[in-house]
Amino acid sequence: MMKGIKKWRLFALMTTLLVFLAGCGREEISTLIPAGEVAQDQFNLLILSSIVMLFVIIVVSIIFVLAIVKFRRSKMGEDMIPEQVEGSARLEFLWTAVPIVLLLVLAVPTVYSTFDLADVSTMDVQAEDGTSTHLTVNVTAALYWWEFEYPEQGIVTAQELVVPTDERVYFNLISADIKHSFWIPSVGGKLDVNPENVNTFYLTFDQQSSELEDGVFYGKCAELCGPSHALMDFKVKSVDREEFDQWVTAMQEEEPAAVEGDLAQQGEELFGADGLACISCHATSGAGGTGGVGPNLATFGDRNRVAGYLEHNEESLKNWIEDPQEYKPGNLMPEAASLNDGEALSDQELDALAAYLMGLSVEE
Amino acid sequence: MDINQKYTPQSWPDHPETATMEGKNKFIGFWLLLAAETVTFASLFATYLALKDKGPSGMEFSAAGLFELPLVFAMTMILLTSSLTSVYAMYHMKNHNFKAMQAWLGITVLLGATFLGLEIYEFNHYVHLGFGFTNSAFSSAFYVLVGTHGAHVLFGLSWFIALMLRNAKRGLNMYNAPKFYLASLYWHFIDVVWVFIFTVVYLMGVIG
Amino acid sequence: MSSIAQKKGFGATIWDFMTTVDHKKIAILYLISGGFFFLVGGIEAMLIRIQLAKAGNDFLSAGTYNEIITMHGTTMIFLAAMPILLAFMNAIMPLQIGARDVAFPFLNSLGFWLFFFGGIFLNLSWFMGGAPDAGWTNYASLALASEGKGIDFYSLGLTISGFGTLIAGINFLVTIINMRAPGMTYMRMPLFTWTTFVASALILLAFPPLTVGLFFMVFDRMFDSNFFAVEMGGNTIIWEHLFWIFGHPEVYILILPAFGIFSEIFAIFSRKRLFGYTALVFATILIGFYGFMVWAHHMFTVGLGPTANAVFALATMIIAVPTGIKIFNWLLTIWGGNISFTVPMIYAVAFIPSFVAGGVTGVMQAIAPLDYQLHDSYFIVAHFHYVIVGGVVLAILAGTHLYWPKMFGTMLSEKLGKWTFWFFFIGFHLTFFIQHFLGLMGMPRRVYTFGADQGWDLFNAISSAGAVLMAIGIIILLVNVVMTTIKNERVGNDPWGDGRTLEWAIPSPPPFYNFAQTPLVRGLDTFWIEKMEGNKKGMIFAEPLGDIHMPNNSFIPFVISLGMFIASFGALYFLDDDKPWALPVLIIGLLITFGSMLVRSLKDDLGFHITKAELLEDAKGGKTDGH
Ligand code: HEM
Ligand SMILES: [Cu+2]
Ligand SMILES: [Cu+2]
Repeated sequence: MMKGIKKWRLFALMTTLLVFLAGCGREEISTLIPAGEVAQDQFNLLILSSIVMLFVIIVVSIIFVLAIVKFRRSKMGEDMIPEQVEGSARLEFLWTAVPIVLLLVLAVPTVYSTFDLADVSTMDVQAEDGTSTHLTVNVTAALYWWEFEYPEQGIVTAQELVVPTDERVYFNLISADIKHSFWIPSVGGKLDVNPENVNTFYLTFDQQSSELEDGVFYGKCAELCGPSHALMDFKVKSVDREEFDQWVTAMQEEEPAAVEGDLAQQGEELFGADGLACISCHATSGAGGTGGVGPNLATFGDRNRVAGYLEHNEESLKNWIEDPQEYKPGNLMPEAASLNDGEALSDQELDALAAYLMGLSVEE
Repeated sequence: MDINQKYTPQSWPDHPETATMEGKNKFIGFWLLLAAETVTFASLFATYLALKDKGPSGMEFSAAGLFELPLVFAMTMILLTSSLTSVYAMYHMKNHNFKAMQAWLGITVLLGATFLGLEIYEFNHYVHLGFGFTNSAFSSAFYVLVGTHGAHVLFGLSWFIALMLRNAKRGLNMYNAPKFYLASLYWHFIDVVWVFIFTVVYLMGVIG
Repeated sequence: MSSIAQKKGFGATIWDFMTTVDHKKIAILYLISGGFFFLVGGIEAMLIRIQLAKAGNDFLSAGTYNEIITMHGTTMIFLAAMPILLAFMNAIMPLQIGARDVAFPFLNSLGFWLFFFGGIFLNLSWFMGGAPDAGWTNYASLALASEGKGIDFYSLGLTISGFGTLIAGINFLVTIINMRAPGMTYMRMPLFTWTTFVASALILLAFPPLTVGLFFMVFDRMFDSNFFAVEMGGNTIIWEHLFWIFGHPEVYILILPAFGIFSEIFAIFSRKRLFGYTALVFATILIGFYGFMVWAHHMFTVGLGPTANAVFALATMIIAVPTGIKIFNWLLTIWGGNISFTVPMIYAVAFIPSFVAGGVTGVMQAIAPLDYQLHDSYFIVAHFHYVIVGGVVLAILAGTHLYWPKMFGTMLSEKLGKWTFWFFFIGFHLTFFIQHFLGLMGMPRRVYTFGADQGWDLFNAISSAGAVLMAIGIIILLVNVVMTTIKNERVGNDPWGDGRTLEWAIPSPPPFYNFAQTPLVRGLDTFWIEKMEGNKKGMIFAEPLGDIHMPNNSFIPFVISLGMFIASFGALYFLDDDKPWALPVLIIGLLITFGSMLVRSLKDDLGFHITKAELLEDAKGGKTDGH
């Protein structure tokens, strides 16, 4: 009997530990491993409120356990009629006042933080030369992908956001169709992407994403937006300012680097207006404009994922091109065959497209 | 309660609408219903204010340009008067004067119908200008707010008419007195809502 | 079912229930249909958890998954939880205040049938081209973009059943205001009656905004109006406001009656008067009042601006105070009592820690900046299941055991009841506790699948396992119901032995006129007072035995609702060119509805009287039926 209990205890301990270890999640996406000032503030509020709430739970639990242990009928006797107490004004006062005090403890940082996190007044501050001192990114959410425009830099990218570390980055959010929500859990809380108005907030990225196991932070759509809502992921690369500036310069290059290799060249042709006309929806230059029907593919070769969530290799890419509906139900990209007069693409053509797209890169 | 019991103005209670348990229940229940109606109209008003003058880019209509006060003012007066005539009707109901009550209710109905006719004319006029239901968010909000009120007027009229016809032969008793009373209460409510519509939609609309 | 009913043929019983205006029979109707929808919603829940049991599962397709979560939420809130609570309100509240029926028996029946047909209509969407798929919150931009008729089923179905609920709310309010027995002052009303009162007031004021929003939705989708059409100047945030101005009070519509049930249970099974009755009453009223001022805490991330967010954050936190007051008063009620751990009491006791856990996460979410992280993540899913399952569903299960004898005259098995409890309770915490962490680990809500590379696999598997335990618990409950009904061991007036309020002073189930003589109430817990003073009858009477006036049964409520049901199909299809029959169907439906309303208002229905002789006969043991 004793032994059984001991074993059970050990088991309980082990499971608790396991839960706690696994309980923090992955650093790419967990709010419990904050990687930016905003997420850190929010994490601190989480800890503060958890402590206050734990206090409440402990008080309730003690009274609760004592009550149900002490006053069971088996102890009190079948026929015992308890005194019919009406109540106590003093106790009522106590359990009104104490919670109010506890709430005040929470209320002050809540109000402070609410205003602090909404403060975008420095967004438009300009340096001497007329450029703004902070980076602003215009985010457009569309069924089921993300476009990131850097207006000041005149560049556009999609699906993978690139940002400098250790400074405030401002975001303007607008939806191209229906409501979505922009969320990078380990860097900061979400903000809705509404169709009718631009929402603005800021985040800071305190850690370079190259230090992460997967090399990127994970971003999510956090508002139900249709069948593929679950797959409307994006990735975030945070790099130091210098690297960021290099990336911007490379993106600003109007002419994409010449395509190397026969296969890739064939792919380029297929991609072009005389081939399958993929280009009518997808731009391939980072210096292009916004508002494309499909994501800009200028940095496709540098990406961490295909379509925001599939592994980044030619296999997934070819699968995607052949049948986008299979991988993101309800998305707006036509299947390859319909662009090819109803005929499926040959393996060779798919290889060519894949080679071409994988070669699109602005990083060394 | 005995429906066949005959009353004289002397034996008729001061407040026939709440003299029976049924009457009391109906009286309170109806006020509660009006509370729900109030929330309904509040939601419609809030929506209207949020969508006022909102439309596709380049929309040609605005409240200031569209609404004309004279007609609406006349409608307001007519409806206010009908509220007054329904008060007279209830005065006679409480005095157990069935004929007079019916007469005043008849006038109320006529005034209400005139109001409704003018409203239909007004809507028709806007539609001809191109300001149809589907023109813009503004037009949808306008028609649904004012139209819901219009539907209430229609319902109120039908209610009065049904009561007058049903009881034309047998006169007042404790069973139908609360019904007349509630119908007129409803009519007052409709009137109050219209005062708000007149102020919020038309006056504030024209003033800008 | 009552012994009277059993003596009739099956068809006659059905007819009796279709035409009944007796609050106790309507309660049974609510319980059966609410229970049915609860099972439907439960099956949907199981499908959700199967799909999410492992990463990348393809048990359900993305589109189907969205339909299932939408219908799960909608069904559970509108068609299961609320109707079952309405069942208890109907069955018990009039008895608690010493009334012979509700204020408007006819409307009571109408309210039920509207709810019922609305619910059926909504669920028929599964078989008629697809269920709604924009979430139970049905946010406008997604709802407008949704193809097929699912969203229209949602709007029309909820409009109809919403009218039913509104009618029920008004009815209960008037009943409590007007029909209390002599001596039953407001501050002597049992807490379940009080919570029914406040919840009904919330229904009255919260449902109209929803109805208005649903109408906009119908107009936008079917008649090309532009309330939510952004390019035409519309605004989708209006829907969010209207929905949550309804939605937040709605959660209190659910939890307050649950609080009421638990308040009764704590007092009965501790054999002690409720501690701080006055405080409990005022806390109930305060909660109801504040319930209308916090809706935007569901919209912290919408971008309403820091001022709005801060104000709504503070307002939300304040609600925790009256909620806390309730918890402590319950604890002090059992403190010093003589606790008997019957099945209802076990549920009540288990409710306290479960609900406190849900309440504290609520306060955490009220911290707006923190909510930017928590909102629309699995943390929210955990929160509202802690309050709704840990609060409302536990109350429903407790109430089922507590009031079963009063409604049906037999006792559910305590032994099976305990089995149900343990399976359900353990399964519940297993399923939902861990979801807090999933949310914190970055898992968004309403995702049909998740990748294996995000560290969420284990917890999701655990959560699904818990759901299986809950399902087993419910199956045992069904077995319990069947066995109890077959055994049919009749019980007396006060089967729990420690009843305190009027409903326990009369037979189980009560005669259809409830009280042969209206009782005179001498204090809070009036039955307890009489018992303690040795009054064998359990009541003293406010009137001599005499004739009782009762309302007639009526088939009209059923027909009115049926008309609306038929008309809805017409409305659903009449813009489709290939369905010329739709317009006639719409018109026929409306004619049936308005026609039967007209019949109702033109035809006098004065009810009938039970004579004193019949009552005396009845008291001797013979049963009058009154027909
Ligand atoms: C102390 C009391 C409570 C507080 C402070 C509280 C607070 C909150 C807050 C702030 C949210 C919004 C979370 C978000 O989406 O970001 C929320 C969501 C929710 N709460 Fe509570 N809550 C409390 C009690 C309850 C109760 C009693 C119920 C129901 C019986 C309930 C049901 C819900 C539901 C259903 C949602 C989510 C709705 C949805 O998004 O679908 N809550 N609560
Ligand atoms: Cu989404
Ligand atoms: Cu809420």
